[in-house]
Amino acid sequence: MRSGALLALVAALLVGAGAGVARAEAPNAADLEAELVCPVCETTLDQSNAPVALRMKAFIRTRIAAGDSAQEIKDALVAEFGPTVIARPPRGGFGLLAWLLPLGAALVGVVAVPLLVRSWSRGRTSPESEPEGLDPALERRVDEELARYDL
Amino acid sequence: MAYRAKLVAQGVAIGLVVLLFALLAWSLVSEEGGDLAASAARGERPQAPDFTLERLDGDGTLTLSSFRGKAVVLNTWASWCIPCKEEAPYLEQVWRDNRSRGLVVLGLNAKDLRSDALRFVDRFDLTFPIVRDGSGDAIRKFGITGFPETFVLDREGRVVEAFAGAVNSDEDKVRLGSAIERALSS
Repeated sequence: MRSGALLALVAALLVGAGAGVARAEAPNAADLEAELVCPVCETTLDQSNAPVALRMKAFIRTRIAAGDSAQEIKDALVAEFGPTVIARPPRGGFGLLAWLLPLGAALVGVVAVPLLVRSWSRGRTSPESEPEGLDPALERRVDEELARYDL
Repeated sequence: MAYRAKLVAQGVAIGLVVLLFALLAWSLVSEEGGDLAASAARGERPQAPDFTLERLDGDGTLTLSSFRGKAVVLNTWASWCIPCKEEAPYLEQVWRDNRSRGLVVLGLNAKDLRSDALRFVDRFDLTFPIVRDGSGDAIRKFGITGFPETFVLDREGRVVEAFAGAVNSDEDKVRLGSAIERALSS
């Protein structure tokens, strides 16, 4: 009797865990809408109420209800509208540039900014860069010129 | 040293700005077909951009230039476009009335779900050939900014007249009829 109850409990836990896994794997419509682009207004679906965007949202919900994964839904929409329907550029080919350029720019910034700051601050504190006094002959001439205007 | 670094930084910044302007200019210039309708309105007959697209109404592909020798009424549409629904029955009528005279009405469904487009075809009982341009790459070459737009092409594939918006008023229908006659007689 007791072992039967234990078995039932284990079975219930397994079923519950299975359902939990299934729930975790089911794609979220809102997440997908943020990752897909309306082909007419070219904003993400969650930002668009264009007629085609509304149809695409309905399509996503229908496919989720049918049990499709997020990747299957994205693949289906790429087949319908082409690769530009994905908001993120592809991580290959020409699309790779969109990922690499910002990283490259950040790296250049990380290296260049400290170098520039150091060279600028050095330039300001360096005694050689202090403005030198006027040439004595020039200074004398300036004094003479100014003396003409002394009141 | 500091002066040189500053010069380099300024050079890089100016170079980036120039590059961005060049990209902007390139994107504006490379918008093909933007003046196709305007050229046709001036009485010129610009060559329509060619395309090969999958058929919506069957297997395989269709190439626009394969219709050389026939006049073509190229109609771009999407199932979610309300004016497209208004003109669809009239275009079907134009096809049925003129196909024996060497006219082809070619539908170009774009930026649409295939299932929605097929429902649209069933609903309006469309029998003319229809191709599908889900991404909108082909219609971009025509400079199309909204749906529907219709282009009448002569037997050489040149644009005789372009219609932005639905062809559903009496005036539009007369204009379309006149353009078809000019295209057929070319």
